[in-house]
Amino acid sequence: MKEIVVISGKGGTGKTSITASLAYLGGEDLIVADCDVDAADMHLLMAPDFGKPEDFFSGELAYIDQDACIKCGKCQAVCRFDAIPIIDSQYVVDPLGCEGCGYCARICPTEAITNSQPNVGKCFISSIRTGTTMVHARLSIGADNSGKLVAKVKNEAKALAEIQNKIAVLVDGSPGVGCPVVSSLSGASFTVLVTEPTVSGLHDLRRVYELVKKFGIKAGCIINKGDINPEVSREIKDFLKEENIVLLSEIPYNVKFTEAMTNGKTIVEYDKDLGKIISESWEKILRATRSVGDPE
Amino acid sequence: MKIAIASGKGGTGKTTLSTNLASYIAESRECALSDLDVEEPNSGLFIKAELIHEEDKFKKIPEWEKSRCELCGNCQTVCNFNAVLKLGKMIMVFPELCHGCYACSELCPTGSLPMKQKKMGELKAYKSGNLNFIESRLIIGEEQAVPLIKQTIDYVDEHFSDEVIKIFDSPPGTSCPVIEATRDADFVILVTEPTPFGLHDLKLAVETVKQMGKPFAVVINRHGIGNDCVELYCKEDNIDIIASIPNDRLIAETYSRGDLLYPTIPSVKDAVRSISTYIDNFDLLDNGSLKSKKTGQIK
Repeated sequence: MKEIVVISGKGGTGKTSITASLAYLGGEDLIVADCDVDAADMHLLMAPDFGKPEDFFSGELAYIDQDACIKCGKCQAVCRFDAIPIIDSQYVVDPLGCEGCGYCARICPTEAITNSQPNVGKCFISSIRTGTTMVHARLSIGADNSGKLVAKVKNEAKALAEIQNKIAVLVDGSPGVGCPVVSSLSGASFTVLVTEPTVSGLHDLRRVYELVKKFGIKAGCIINKGDINPEVSREIKDFLKEENIVLLSEIPYNVKFTEAMTNGKTIVEYDKDLGKIISESWEKILRATRSVGDPE
Repeated sequence: MKIAIASGKGGTGKTTLSTNLASYIAESRECALSDLDVEEPNSGLFIKAELIHEEDKFKKIPEWEKSRCELCGNCQTVCNFNAVLKLGKMIMVFPELCHGCYACSELCPTGSLPMKQKKMGELKAYKSGNLNFIESRLIIGEEQAVPLIKQTIDYVDEHFSDEVIKIFDSPPGTSCPVIEATRDADFVILVTEPTPFGLHDLKLAVETVKQMGKPFAVVINRHGIGNDCVELYCKEDNIDIIASIPNDRLIAETYSRGDLLYPTIPSVKDAVRSISTYIDNFDLLDNGSLKSKKTGQIK
């Protein structure tokens, strides 16, 4: 069983629209995992039934019992996250600032502080319209631990793929280079980098690929809106060559790309020409992924 | 006045708006633009200014000193992040898991885990006329953006007075990095695109800023692509749309080269002008009440 992870570094390059198209093409052979838990959008194209909702608890959150508090201020003094402001002359925990380190509770002389595990999101195992299962999640607002929720989504998807003997898990990864992306990438067999020929697209591609390299994962690249800036597009191709990244395809700038999403459709369903390009990319991805050894 | 420019969905035009708005404002008054998307900072690609300062940014992590350690294991017990482990006769620290809470260090009975500096990123400050630009970038492999965002905001607070308009280009999403980037803001501008993805993520962003108790308004980018779902939603929920930037291939091409848009594209100039006016009015009307509110309010 393989794991194909689609990431982009920069947001808005078309990563989710492309992943949804790949999910459509792979159909029943895949389990789909939406690991962009911060702003999960895949469900808008996959018509999931939001099956098996499961609350996800992670980390800790401090709470101060005002009756037991003697207002000594020690908690505020040790908090490195400025998460214990004084409001109406009471020490209170700011839930959005609290990192859940538990230090305040450990040093409180009257044991007025307790920690609870907050609900950081919901995880779903849904049937989707491509005849398979998608694991996806909704992160609670401002929640920490999105990396852990990503790991949860991925592990559920992997377990299902094993049991059901699927060819691969297809993962829609998160933007950036921080903990959620690290979680998305770990264990990947092949990663698809979606970029656009803009100075920021190239900049972010370079950074995120540095991360991919650290993991030693083989990569391919889809250049979206390829004709918007031929010069940067060439620069991207030079970079790909240099780094031995497979150029999967170049998709021209086309309003149909967004129109498809607006109509709740994947690109392959909506436009023949764009669909053909993505189908060819999918063939290349499958070929490249087959040649990579299975993850442990 | 601090304005955070945010969005749930990535790639909706936060950086485009931040750089153009800051440059436009700087034509008439002092402005400080900070790129807080430290994982993928892009604003610098659009700002031509002179580098005036750079410094490494560090986070503090514990380092084991063997000599005095009695291997009591308290450090492992107090660490909620599994960043300190007692393995046989050794204490191991995993820096990438450490949140820098100091608990293991300060609660160690023998002082065997002093906090040491570890580089997590770099901050650079640039200047061109009235425009100040501050950018921080996280080292690849560092997983936590929040400490660097916090230190960058601290730098801005130390170096610029209240009179300077401060614009924060925030990271995407709704989790901890974006909370950190917007928690000090007086006003939040949410940039979105009029598509189902844009609307879905806008709703998440609205929920976030509402929970933080921040005043906010919406700017629609790539107006004309997609549908009218965002406008209908804003109307229904009484959310101000302060400007729209049209979907235009010329804009995409200009952006792709790393050029500012408003000097050559009138529709963008109109947009930044109306946003700037909106901010001025907001500043006049609400500044006093906001400042007094801030001290007593959970972000």
